[in-house]
Amino acid sequence: MTSQLLYGTRLRALSLLTAVTLTAGFALAFFYAPMDADQGFMQKIFYVHVPMAIVALCGFVFAGIMAIQHLRTRDARYDLRSYVAIHLSLILGAGVLITGSIWAKASWGHWWVWDEPTLVSFLVVFLLYATYQPLRFSIEDPERQARYASVFAVVAGAFVPLNFLAVRMAQSYTHPRVFATADGGLPDKMKLAFVVCLLGMSALYVTLWKYEMASKHTSAQLRSLRRKLGGDEAVTPTGRSAAPSLGTSQ
Amino acid sequence: MTDTLPDNTGYVAAAYLVFFALVLIYVVIMAAKLSRFERELSELNDLADRRLAQDDEESREHEAVRT
Repeated sequence: MTSQLLYGTRLRALSLLTAVTLTAGFALAFFYAPMDADQGFMQKIFYVHVPMAIVALCGFVFAGIMAIQHLRTRDARYDLRSYVAIHLSLILGAGVLITGSIWAKASWGHWWVWDEPTLVSFLVVFLLYATYQPLRFSIEDPERQARYASVFAVVAGAFVPLNFLAVRMAQSYTHPRVFATADGGLPDKMKLAFVVCLLGMSALYVTLWKYEMASKHTSAQLRSLRRKLGGDEAVTPTGRSAAPSLGTSQ
Repeated sequence: MTDTLPDNTGYVAAAYLVFFALVLIYVVIMAAKLSRFERELSELNDLADRRLAQDDEESREHEAVRT
């Protein structure tokens, strides 16, 4: 009952849509999309690895946009949205690096290739965002913490499209192209499976983002309620935290 | 043509397992948070009940003093 109160029916519908889209996407990838002539069965990793990478990078850009909104309005809700977006993108980013390594081992015989711009630039972006949480944690004052974190999210968010462009402009063609420009690109069946997987991954990101947001809001409301009922002594001090504080009104 | 390709089923399975494991871990963490919220809500409910009972008792004492 509590979950229904906290998360509502719309989020349940979104969760169902995510499950259906992802299942359909993976089913299309395995049973509908043809086997790749060059890589064979291992090319199926593409349908989980690439959508995860695209959604993670879009999440970082979204976090940057939310951070701009926070800097413009000083509204703590935007800082929270940015924080949650980066948090989720980092999780997906870890998934991208691991699945990418598995694919690299299967395809090239090495877990990691340092002279491949796609891999290294994604690692750079991932490591850049890995400093976001320690940055927040290092600043005690919540107001300053939110402001500095937003500046970081804006600058790092602007760096993400550069990563994408760097990959596109790179001369090395060791890493497989998703949508090649010169020699055709994906066959229609593969493209359909890929698009459905991408939609599913995007829906998963939005769903988890909404769950996390609802969870943070609920936590803030519970603290506020506890303070109202039991006074300040009823609220256990949280100490220094990297998570944004929403105050009592949210 | 695919018969000649190496069998990389293990790698594909590992990649998809990594993805599902990440999602599963996230869902487990969310479930743990949800159960914490449920516990906190029931604690707050008890606290509100105690406060109400206390307020009732105080108002009855005030009535008794007046009469």
